[in-house]
Amino acid sequence: MTETTETIKTSTGRVLRTEEMVVNMGPQHPSTHGVLRLEVVLDGEIVVDVIPHMGYLHRCFEKHCEHMTNYQQVVPYVDRMDYVAAMTNEFAYVVAAEKLLKIEVPERVHYIRIIMSELQRIASHLIAIGTFGIDMGAFTPFLYYFRDREKILELFEMTCGARLLYNYIWIGGLSHDLPPGFIEKTKEFCKDFKTTLKEVNDLLNYNEIFIKRTANVGVLPKDLAINYACSGPMLRGSGVNFDLRRDDPYTMYDKFEWDVIVGKGEMGAVGDVWDRNMVRQREMWESLRIIEQAIASLPEGDVQKAIPKRIRPVPGDAYGRVEGPRGELGFYIVAEDSVTPYRIKARAPAFVNLSVINEISKGAMLADLVAIIGSIDIVLGEVDR
Amino acid sequence: MTAQEINEILKAQFGDAVLEGKLENVPDPFVKVQPERILEIAAFVRSDERLQFDYLMCLSGVDYKGKLGVTYHLYSMVHRHKFVLKVEVPTETPNIPSVESVWKTADWHEREAFDLYGINFTGHPDLRRILLPYDWEGYPLRKDYQTPEYYNGMKVPY
Amino acid sequence: METLLTFLSEPAVTALLLALLPLAFILVYALVVLYGEMKMAAHIQNRLAYMENGWHGTLQPFADMLKLLQKEDIIPAAADKFLFILAPYLVFVGTYASFAVLPFSSGYIGSNIDLGIFYLVAVSSLVVVGLLMSGWASNNKWSLFGALRSAAQLVSYEIPGVLAILGVVMVYGTMNMQSMTQMQEGGIQNWLILGGNLPLVQKLSLIPFLFVLFVIYLVSSMAEVNRTPFDLPEAESELVQGYNTEYSGMKFAIFYLAEYANLFLVSAVVVVMFFGGWSSPFGSFMSGPVWGGFWFVLKGMFFVFFNVWLRWTLPRLRVDQLMYVSWKVLTPFALVCIVAIGFIMVM
Repeated sequence: MTETTETIKTSTGRVLRTEEMVVNMGPQHPSTHGVLRLEVVLDGEIVVDVIPHMGYLHRCFEKHCEHMTNYQQVVPYVDRMDYVAAMTNEFAYVVAAEKLLKIEVPERVHYIRIIMSELQRIASHLIAIGTFGIDMGAFTPFLYYFRDREKILELFEMTCGARLLYNYIWIGGLSHDLPPGFIEKTKEFCKDFKTTLKEVNDLLNYNEIFIKRTANVGVLPKDLAINYACSGPMLRGSGVNFDLRRDDPYTMYDKFEWDVIVGKGEMGAVGDVWDRNMVRQREMWESLRIIEQAIASLPEGDVQKAIPKRIRPVPGDAYGRVEGPRGELGFYIVAEDSVTPYRIKARAPAFVNLSVINEISKGAMLADLVAIIGSIDIVLGEVDR
Repeated sequence: MTAQEINEILKAQFGDAVLEGKLENVPDPFVKVQPERILEIAAFVRSDERLQFDYLMCLSGVDYKGKLGVTYHLYSMVHRHKFVLKVEVPTETPNIPSVESVWKTADWHEREAFDLYGINFTGHPDLRRILLPYDWEGYPLRKDYQTPEYYNGMKVPY
Repeated sequence: METLLTFLSEPAVTALLLALLPLAFILVYALVVLYGEMKMAAHIQNRLAYMENGWHGTLQPFADMLKLLQKEDIIPAAADKFLFILAPYLVFVGTYASFAVLPFSSGYIGSNIDLGIFYLVAVSSLVVVGLLMSGWASNNKWSLFGALRSAAQLVSYEIPGVLAILGVVMVYGTMNMQSMTQMQEGGIQNWLILGGNLPLVQKLSLIPFLFVLFVIYLVSSMAEVNRTPFDLPEAESELVQGYNTEYSGMKFAIFYLAEYANLFLVSAVVVVMFFGGWSSPFGSFMSGPVWGGFWFVLKGMFFVFFNVWLRWTLPRLRVDQLMYVSWKVLTPFALVCIVAIGFIMVM
């Protein structure tokens, strides 16, 4: 693209032209959070157009699912979609599958699933905010947060032996019950974690330079957010009071007391990068509240009682969705009279949230574009599937 | 609003464009509609006061062997109700009007369905492949898809 | 033996040896700072950093250096070869030449010229040319971005920096860096940050303005060494690595060395202008040429540490905000201070 945007005549009569420059941001760029490739048209430092190119991490998830020998086998594959929040992926798939199969699971399973998914939400938000800090040039908070994420991973490791890809939540139950000592360790974690949360809040989120960099950048208005079907912190950051855990309750979220965090535009316009980041930061407090309540009232029971021996659903389809760390994670399962899924479509929140990038980054500066990508919190494993 | 009521509103507005559906004893109640009129119906369900389906949760292509389908999962942020619309077209002429102008989010979902199923969304402003390489041949999620031997000189099945 | 001594006492040879002294210093200092920065960053971030090679990883900088020396030196096929090779050396020369006028102690200064600090400002501007050259020659859009940003940044921040120096020079009445230091001798109360050795009324009225000038110079010096929060030219998350993206091996090491040398240089200028240079804070106690060297390096290292500390704490500014700080905040304040200092000195 060599479009002339401006012409200047020098005193000697020579004509100087300024041109727009096309740069390739990614797939190997430090702040595209994976292998996203953005074709960015720049006028100086101002972003004129952003064209995302995806698929560098496409692993044919949906095609693989159609070739499984049963429904249960999809779970490990689901883990590998959003690899920083695998627990939530399993949860979403299982919710959809149980809706299709009409399975009722014991109460204890619900509680453990909620504890796991909230721990996973904290772990995922820690990465999101930490890497966002790196995008802004602040490296230190990232390591503070990683230290605490490590503790959550240890809890997961204790429970199911894996640190990243768990295969823990099964259709109708769980692969293991909670190990002895889990409850105490989780309580201890909740206590310790509150100190770090306060610390990093001061170090990063209320840092003057950080506010200057993020306030009024990448503003996503409310109606645009809904029209683009943004979800999770993206949507709530824009001031939409909507959380699937409260508004379309699945499992037992309606039993706990917690608040939906909404961006209020404290530092600038509602729906800017700061708001989105702050929604994540504050959601971690709410997750802690849910975990504490769930642990306090954890019922007894057999977690594997409801696991079906053989899954052969009635032909039909079901769409199940949960509130993942990145937003609405949905699975659309079409079943025919067979033991393998006929069609599974994953509605990945990062994929949908990313589609708004062109809309909100026009006119921003190159450095703002980095901030915007960071605030969308994409995981390319999920975008490309 | 229940599925029945939504169905009745649609029936009253579009008559025979609304085909059969399943409203009871299914996880998600749905109706099938005529593919040619989906854009019209989409615009109506989004703007109608009683329905206000402003949030397109998901748009998925499905291969029903011989027919290609698209499923629209709708949600209303205002009334907090859900509904599902389905369209089916023959595999030979997979033309469905794009609803990108109604819900912007459909843009990438439709590109994905085009990419993996070869459904041609008419009126879509930028119908390119999205997950696969731009020069990939064939539509992998179709049930009769054969994996090519070679892609740009590279052996595909490993 | 005698021939060696006569050879060494040849004026040309002596001059050469004296000129190489800062180079030896820079090399040792770079190793120390490389290790020190990593350790400091690690402790700020709750981790340990090097622990394997030698006691607490003290041998790690040597290993790093060896690794850099061994690395394959890659020159991109489409690069402008001549400029690509020249650029890192030019950057280093610009920095190194400035060391000539630094008074390391009362007994050692490379060249005791009267235009000392003026020369320093002029010569260190060569760095900009080198950076632009490297960015342009790399034939990489990100490098070009980094180079243009660094040129804009360095040129803009030179203005408040030089204005701050001007204010200080008005107090001293000289640009000779050795005489500047000598005027601050006699203990901590004579340091310019505390008003220098002027009559009491003048001294007290000068302090606030000099403090502002000190902050202005400190900020603009941080910008000139391209470190966070002003590290836009090599902002990793935006521009990959900025102007030195395409460099590897020894050329990259020279960029690194120049950056660290420059860091000490600006810290040393702060020390000479405001913190008494090589003079001891305790008057005649612990003073003399050797102690002078010790104090000078110690004070310099303190400001190096300060830079490192900020780097691992603060996020990065945006380009327009960076320019805003320079042109709309620092420059006006510096001008006000100059006028005020002028009045006070005339009084």
